[in-house]
Amino acid sequence: MATTDQEVNELIKREYEHGFVTNIESDTFEPGLNEDVIARLSGIKKEPEWMLEWRLKAYRRWLEMDEPDWAHVGYPKIDYNSISYYSAPKRKEDMPQSLDEVDPELLKTYEKLGIPLHEREKLAGVAVDAVFDSVSVATTFKEPLAKAGVIFCSISEAIRDYPELVQKYLGTVVPHGDNFFAGLNSAVFSDGTFVYVPKGVRCPMELSTYFRINAANTGQFERTLIIADEGSYVSYLEGCTAPMRDENQLHAAVVELVALDDAQIKYSTVQNWYPGDEEGKGGIFNFVTKRGAAIGKNSKISWTQVETGSAVTWKYPSCVLRGENSVGEFYSVALTNNFQQADTGTKMIHLGKNTSSTIISKGISAGKSSNAYRGLVKFGPGAEGARNFTQCDSLLIGDRCGAHTFPYIESKNKSAIVEHEATTSKVSDEQMFLCRQRGIDPEQAVSMIVNGFCKEVFKELPMEFAVEAGKLLEVSLEGSVG
Amino acid sequence: MLSIKNLHASVEGKEILKGINLEIKAGEVHAIMGPNGSGKSTLSQVLAGNEAFEVTEGEITLNGENLLELETEERAREGIFLAFQYPVEIPGVSNLQFLRTAVNAMRQHKGQDEMNAAEFMKLAKEISKQVDLDPSFLKRGVNEGFSGGEKKRNEILQALLLQPKLAILDETDSGLDIDALKVVSDGVNALRAEDRAILMVTHYQRLLNHIVPDYVHVLAGGKIIKSGGRELALELEERGYGWLGIKDEEPADSTAN
Ligand SMILES: Nc1ncnc2c1ncn2[C@@H]1O[C@H](COP(=O)(O)OP(=O)(O)OP(=O)(O)O)[C@@H](O)[C@H]1O
Ligand SMILES: [Mg+2]
Repeated sequence: MATTDQEVNELIKREYEHGFVTNIESDTFEPGLNEDVIARLSGIKKEPEWMLEWRLKAYRRWLEMDEPDWAHVGYPKIDYNSISYYSAPKRKEDMPQSLDEVDPELLKTYEKLGIPLHEREKLAGVAVDAVFDSVSVATTFKEPLAKAGVIFCSISEAIRDYPELVQKYLGTVVPHGDNFFAGLNSAVFSDGTFVYVPKGVRCPMELSTYFRINAANTGQFERTLIIADEGSYVSYLEGCTAPMRDENQLHAAVVELVALDDAQIKYSTVQNWYPGDEEGKGGIFNFVTKRGAAIGKNSKISWTQVETGSAVTWKYPSCVLRGENSVGEFYSVALTNNFQQADTGTKMIHLGKNTSSTIISKGISAGKSSNAYRGLVKFGPGAEGARNFTQCDSLLIGDRCGAHTFPYIESKNKSAIVEHEATTSKVSDEQMFLCRQRGIDPEQAVSMIVNGFCKEVFKELPMEFAVEAGKLLEVSLEGSVG
Repeated sequence: MLSIKNLHASVEGKEILKGINLEIKAGEVHAIMGPNGSGKSTLSQVLAGNEAFEVTEGEITLNGENLLELETEERAREGIFLAFQYPVEIPGVSNLQFLRTAVNAMRQHKGQDEMNAAEFMKLAKEISKQVDLDPSFLKRGVNEGFSGGEKKRNEILQALLLQPKLAILDETDSGLDIDALKVVSDGVNALRAEDRAILMVTHYQRLLNHIVPDYVHVLAGGKIIKSGGRELALELEERGYGWLGIKDEEPADSTAN
């Protein structure tokens, strides 16, 4: 296309916006993993005995597991003993009791990320739980939430303060032995978020978490558990960034959602981990297990994700639809550029009667990247009258990238109905010419066309996130025209 | 305003334009007629800077400035507008957003403030009325599922919004019903101005009843083989292209589109 090589090079060189490192004192474990490390971690977090036992059980199980290699991605072998399993900003005494006690350097970091906590507290009505490396730093908005009876805190706190709830649900959706990365996470998760919405309560605000990996050579293993009790509703947002580093960093999170009768959970992610440089050096390995169990009748779980970052992404937010009439939704935009690799998709497991699910996946590949959609729709014998609709669209920018679709359908019930649509398109020269003929920059034109392509997914995002997601695409596409 | 000298252009190694000479002054309306496949759209696309076509010889200047050195979007910002013969669809991108992005790109180029959504909405609604398009078309994807005639009216809407210096209209009258032809011609006449030139490609002299051109040119085999006034169109209508030494409704080159 029209932009000259030089222009393209300049655009490509534009740096990852969130690629700064924060200088704060931190307590970091020596790299390495064994039972002592886990015990130390558990000790620092003042965890009860049962939690340590749980972790050790997971660890022993993990040692027997093999790293999966079936995904459409390639990456150098990870040495799990070269990673540090705990890094926390040094604190003067205990956990900060309010934002005023939070390290000002840290608050500045969040400001650079565009999430000034103070501002958010006042203006946006978003409660933010900010996870920095391995620990939760501050949770805003605790009070109004507490009034509604909503528990929104770090998982470490929840383990100490709400052990019955944690013990009842932790690991029920994603058990230890589920997969290699989930096993590792279960053994060493350092922090994460816990949400409980009581019966009949509509959570009064959007809950939000920002993750950031700061320290070098650390892995981030956060664990999120969200429980929506009968008839409740909660919308949860998560955003992620990381500094630019030459080494790869590992992120292996587990998210578990539980929806009881008539409850609804809406979980949205805007993921912008550092993708590595234009030569494919550095970047985050994002190996995440996200699963929701719609165990109650008429319950509903929706995943909406916009994935633009990470060097390698391996992620399949899924729904287990156990309750009668329960609903699962997956709306996804995954964009890859340069040397990024993404293998993402969803699993919809229909177990209950009249369960229904919708999958809308939009994959965009630019540069030399590879983008795969992998989806499983499964109907158990009891899934009478269940149905699924899947729409899987790929958009290619340039001719050096790839898109792959791997849909799997397994049905043990004859009454189940599946509809599947798939398209692959290109940003055409004619479309580009039309935009440019109207005075629009090529870069802006691509971003506009891509945004149009993603519209069905963006409209599922909460308003402020939708705007952010649009901007993110624009930044991530920089240098893709050429 | 626009000066084309000995312009040669080819596509995929095949020469289509074989030495075009054309001078257009501000305020003038020029009509280009000619058999299918003679190169009318090619000329329009080349003027707008479509890189699918390669200019092998000749020059094009706009108010003295060498157009061939400018990218498509730069030419657009200098005031060149092309109404497409076959407008392309951009699914999911609302017409409104597309138009506002275009208008703001032009405004930015001129050092003017961007128009906010509300201001723009008002303007766009007015102009869509002018071309008899229901404002609901602004919310739809760009040309997405528009009928042939709706697409053409949408092109005129864009010309009216962008207020170009040189408007090139490639068969904007084709496929229009009688009422739509009136609407579109009124739109084009509204564009006529002292400081603006219009170059319109058409097959039908009936359009020239609505929009009276200052000059009529016949393009055949990649060259302008005859130029005249309004009456040339009437003559062509009566006699076809045969008397000019080419066969009527036959491509000058071996392959027609
Ligand atoms: N992209 C292309 N590849 C190959 N040939 C092309 C291409 N574009 C145009 N041509 C050829 O160039 C010639 C001129 O085409 P052009 O579209 O300019 O004709 P036209 O005068 O506009 O015809 P019409 O009246 O049918 O619109 C035709 O023979 C056409 O097939
Ligand atoms: Mg034509």
